[in-house]
Amino acid sequence: MLKINQLHKSYPIGDSSLHVLKGIDLEVNSGEMVAIMGSSGSGKSTLLNIIGMLDEADSGDYILDGVPIKNLTEKKAAVYRNKFLGFIFQSFNLINYKNALENVALPLYYQGLNRKERQEKAKFHLQKVGLLEWAHHLPSELSGGQKQRIAIARALAADPKLLLADEPTGALDTKTSYEIMEFLQQLNDEGKTILIVTHEEDIAEMCKRVVRLRDGIIEEDKKVNQVRASQYV
Amino acid sequence: MFDIDLWREIFQSINKNRLRTIMSGFTVVFAIMLFTILFGIANGLQNTFTEAFGDDATNAIYINSGTTTKASNGLQAGRRIQFDNETFNYIKDESGNKLEFITARIYKNVTATFRNETSSYSVRAVHPDHQFLEKTLMNEGRYINQRDIEEKTKVVVIGKKVEEDLFLTTTALGKYLNLSGIQYKIIGIFSDEGNDDEERIIYMPVSTAQQVYGNNDYIDQINMTYNPEMNYDQAIAFSNSLTKQLKKLFSVAVSDQRAIRVRNRAAESQSVNALTTGLGIIILVIGFGTLIAGVVGISNIMIFIVKERTKEIGIRKALGASPKSIVSIILLESIFITIIAGIIGLLVGMVVLRVSGPMLEEYFIKDAAVSSAHIIGATITLIVAGGIAGYLPAKKASQIKPIVALRND
Repeated sequence: MLKINQLHKSYPIGDSSLHVLKGIDLEVNSGEMVAIMGSSGSGKSTLLNIIGMLDEADSGDYILDGVPIKNLTEKKAAVYRNKFLGFIFQSFNLINYKNALENVALPLYYQGLNRKERQEKAKFHLQKVGLLEWAHHLPSELSGGQKQRIAIARALAADPKLLLADEPTGALDTKTSYEIMEFLQQLNDEGKTILIVTHEEDIAEMCKRVVRLRDGIIEEDKKVNQVRASQYV
Repeated sequence: MFDIDLWREIFQSINKNRLRTIMSGFTVVFAIMLFTILFGIANGLQNTFTEAFGDDATNAIYINSGTTTKASNGLQAGRRIQFDNETFNYIKDESGNKLEFITARIYKNVTATFRNETSSYSVRAVHPDHQFLEKTLMNEGRYINQRDIEEKTKVVVIGKKVEEDLFLTTTALGKYLNLSGIQYKIIGIFSDEGNDDEERIIYMPVSTAQQVYGNNDYIDQINMTYNPEMNYDQAIAFSNSLTKQLKKLFSVAVSDQRAIRVRNRAAESQSVNALTTGLGIIILVIGFGTLIAGVVGISNIMIFIVKERTKEIGIRKALGASPKSIVSIILLESIFITIIAGIIGLLVGMVVLRVSGPMLEEYFIKDAAVSSAHIIGATITLIVAGGIAGYLPAKKASQIKPIVALRND
């Protein structure tokens, strides 16, 4: 599903440059649920951004679903992002003047679906996250957990190959965090490949595999016994 | 191609961010309103000019005589030059097809009496061509014709005001008017686009006046219009050569400026035209300055909007929005706001012009209004302006990196 080979990335800081990723090798198979951990500055967010095609590596290979991701034009990156990836953010990143349904339907608009199809699909995914009755509410009228679920529904709407979650529970309390994790586990059970960046151990333990980053290299990469979030909810 | 979904996105953005929309639109409303008002005022000024100078023919030449200031051909200075029928015929023959209309003028002041009403008026004794030279409009009856000249009939054509002054309740046409003791039949009543005084004049055949007042063939002034097919330069050359011939005819020194005076309207209308053109250019510059200020204003606000929407644009890009779609949204929003605001500004400006129109007439601004050509021009300008105003911000927006935008919490 995802293959990364000797990935390097540095950022210029004044005259010198900061070497953030120093040769990352990572392979993620279909149906995996991977937690990427590391303290701040370890390069985990940079890695996620490169995987999410929001940023480009200096050197190294990145193959996603058999497609080499290299020298992308903005236009092509947009198409790939839309087709392959679903993003879930710490701060939800919903568009505040659009209601829940419109937010979920937005990636479908960029897929070029007509209005009726978009509405139907968006409703389907809203139902999936259990928020169909909130379809016409604005984000400001929703709780944090509800917002994140809307965001997940939006990430799912375009039926991506890979779900990328950047600290998805970072802004939520423990109970809500576990609810979200339970839902992500459910999606994974259904076969979705999920990558979660987190610095919380309990969240990482709810994944099937933990990759620890430290100073730009992979320090540890191990399979774990998944803790089911449902037992805490 | 009309993309209904794109427009739905734009309308939602405009509708859900009303304050922002109104703010950005206001600049344009104001700019276009000023533009409209300025243009209207300019048109008004132009109207005033054309009216002030448009009453009489613009291709007129007036020939007057005076006293010589220089001795010439053995004749002393201080000699009075008197035009007569011979002069009139000479000019008529010499000018040939360069001439359009020609008339003599004799000025007299008379006391006119009809029944118990008496008043003083100026009489102009003229040829039939005078009607076209002065652009006299006949309300009733007819003007003086060639037969009146030949038969020296005692007829007059009176101005509208004369009729109002003397013929209180009755109509003047066909009645006899007593001018300093002699009865004249009123054959016509005229109006004139010039001022009221023009309508307090009494016209009579030139030959009648010559016979009644002195039994001579003197003429006070000769008015003519040159062939309108001639351009300004030709017209001026024509009047110059005419002046030279007349000076020769009357043995006047070439350098004598007083004895024979030829005034050519071509020279005047040329400077009036230059003035109007200059005025138009100034207004155009001011108008475009205002427009540009409006464009810069909306451009600034659009840049601010892009900044405010950075995160939204980042989200859209993360969800698969292409740079092109981001440009379209920002650009079309800008153009849309500009056009709507522009139309509002145009309407407000037109209303202001309409309402203040009567007040403006005191300041030599008549019928201040914008023509439909201006409105079409302004609309096209607005679309272009909205495009220019939106382009830079849109470009900026499309270059936003989603990663930067999303970090912007």
